[in-house]
Amino acid sequence: MYRYDEFDHAFVTARVAEFSDQVQRRLAGEITEDQFKPLRLMNGVYLQLHAYMLRVAIPYGTLSSAQMRMLAHIARTYDKGYGHFTTSQNIQYNWPALADIPAVLADLASVEMHAIQTSGNCIRNVTADHFAGAAADEVADPRPYGEILRQWSSVHPEFSYLPRKFKIAVTGAERDRAAIQVHDIGLHLKKNEKGELGFAVYVGGGQGRTPMIAKKIRDFLPEADLLSYTTAIVRVYNLHGRRDNKFKARIKILVHETGTEELTGWIEEEFAAVKESELKLPESDIRAIAHYFAPPELPPRAEGWAEIAAQRKADSGFDAWLRRNTVAHHHPDYACVTISLKGIGEVPGDASDAQMDAVADIAERYAFDEIRVSHEQNLVLPHVAKADLKAVHDALVAAGLATANAGLITDIIACPGLDYCALANARSIPVAQEISQRFGAQARQEEIGELKIKISGCINACGHHHVGHIGILGVEKKGTELYQITLGGSGDEQTSIGEIIGRGFGPGEITDAIEVVVDTYLAHRAGREETFLDAYRRLGPAPFKEALYGSDAKAA
Amino acid sequence: MKVLTANRLIDGEAVWLAPGDIWAETLDAADVAQDKAAEDLLELAARRWAQKNEVVDINLIDVVVAGGVIRPTRLREQIRADGPTNRRDLGKQARRLVAA
Repeated sequence: MYRYDEFDHAFVTARVAEFSDQVQRRLAGEITEDQFKPLRLMNGVYLQLHAYMLRVAIPYGTLSSAQMRMLAHIARTYDKGYGHFTTSQNIQYNWPALADIPAVLADLASVEMHAIQTSGNCIRNVTADHFAGAAADEVADPRPYGEILRQWSSVHPEFSYLPRKFKIAVTGAERDRAAIQVHDIGLHLKKNEKGELGFAVYVGGGQGRTPMIAKKIRDFLPEADLLSYTTAIVRVYNLHGRRDNKFKARIKILVHETGTEELTGWIEEEFAAVKESELKLPESDIRAIAHYFAPPELPPRAEGWAEIAAQRKADSGFDAWLRRNTVAHHHPDYACVTISLKGIGEVPGDASDAQMDAVADIAERYAFDEIRVSHEQNLVLPHVAKADLKAVHDALVAAGLATANAGLITDIIACPGLDYCALANARSIPVAQEISQRFGAQARQEEIGELKIKISGCINACGHHHVGHIGILGVEKKGTELYQITLGGSGDEQTSIGEIIGRGFGPGEITDAIEVVVDTYLAHRAGREETFLDAYRRLGPAPFKEALYGSDAKAA
Repeated sequence: MKVLTANRLIDGEAVWLAPGDIWAETLDAADVAQDKAAEDLLELAARRWAQKNEVVDINLIDVVVAGGVIRPTRLREQIRADGPTNRRDLGKQARRLVAA
């Protein structure tokens, strides 16, 4: 993975010193809260319900065991023994003291990590397919481009005061595991007929209170033009994006209000002006960055094939885990492993310091020291020999991290919600926990099959509920929590926004309502092979509305 | 009825203005404004405290007092007073258990 050079080290060290100074001056009263707030946001420091929250950047979701151990150390030393992995492939700490944050940042810098630009109206963490560089179906690894974009966007002199946050996602396979069509810029890395690398470019996707699917504005952008084209898009956005209304300030609104054709015209005009500038990426630069992401040497481990067959027979738990939590690697002797952070009845996406240390140990021993964070709030070990899967599984069991539910109904995404977040209107975590408990039985989950539930505690949609097969949005109505259900959303290459199904349900009713939805699917599906999403797309909302509301169906 | 709440600058702890113009870490110690005059005094206190650098995000919030217990009307503020509902071992609620 990318290693800091002297420039990177110096930059991050200087940034830590700068923020430490800003914190000291704030505590001494030399700068006001109004002056300090944008500065602390640019360093990933939020103020939430109970405490500050620190969001640490994990670029394109990739980290080493040393970095994971540091995250565990921070959880243990400065926080309350746990961290939360987010839908932007970052980690959040819920209880740091402002006075301690400079020390936290110094610790992070020692392992080449930081919290820069994880908040504020700037370009945020560039996210990528969590199986990048490993999945069998990948055309090319998107992460070098994630790194190029990260370097370009860090403390960008022109783009540090955008109308609003800006999120870029990159994927390198036909199957979109990075939800690029609900990002401000989505990049689909691919090859043209000549075998040259480039991107399909999507603009203007997003969730929040006005979910929109991105528009494809380029079928094939040569890789050399990545930064000049991205600069053109962000420059046009920076100039024309709305600053009068915080809720209309994302680029998706600009696309919608201007029109895709006209906006693309502005972008192309700007691109033409900068195409041959210093933003053009020389082949040598791209290859130099790509070199950092060269896959590890993967020795043949053919003994795994025979061993696994026997191990599966002997251990049904391992068999289920293999079935659900491993994915084909491009090397036949290897697999990509999903470490579920969705224990039955547990808090989605949370890991204790002990669990983080356990993952670091396993990664170092069995997985070439590489860990990923997925936007679905799980962890991934991209390179594990099949011959080592049993050992990895057993080590995960010991750490309470072997739940065999990747992609199943209990693999829920939930934002922190009203239990932590100052923006929330309703709690999301207890809803996730209750649904998880209701459907926790392994056989039942597998019978239901792939079903992605995503829960947000407010309209900001940090839980990505709009692209949940079942989405749940918590709102506040007459002082109490109410949960609206949406159906049929998806964040993959056939992105769709979920449809509101009817009036909301109270906290005591929502799990039952989800069960009705699931039972309706089971009753109407064409067969076991027809997933919930496919069944919904075939059937439409009618049978679900009927089951939930009967003939008494009212508007939401 | 209202109380004044904020977060402590140095560590983000949720606090409430108590009699004697000090910030308490528990809601039960809060100075409850029972009428408009008292509310106005809390407003003044808010503006005064905003000039210092000890607390941030200062707000007047609605409460009811029943059986001597101060309860916020909004769930959000009740959660601020207790801690996360999914981790009863964390936050102010846990400290109450330890103290008990």
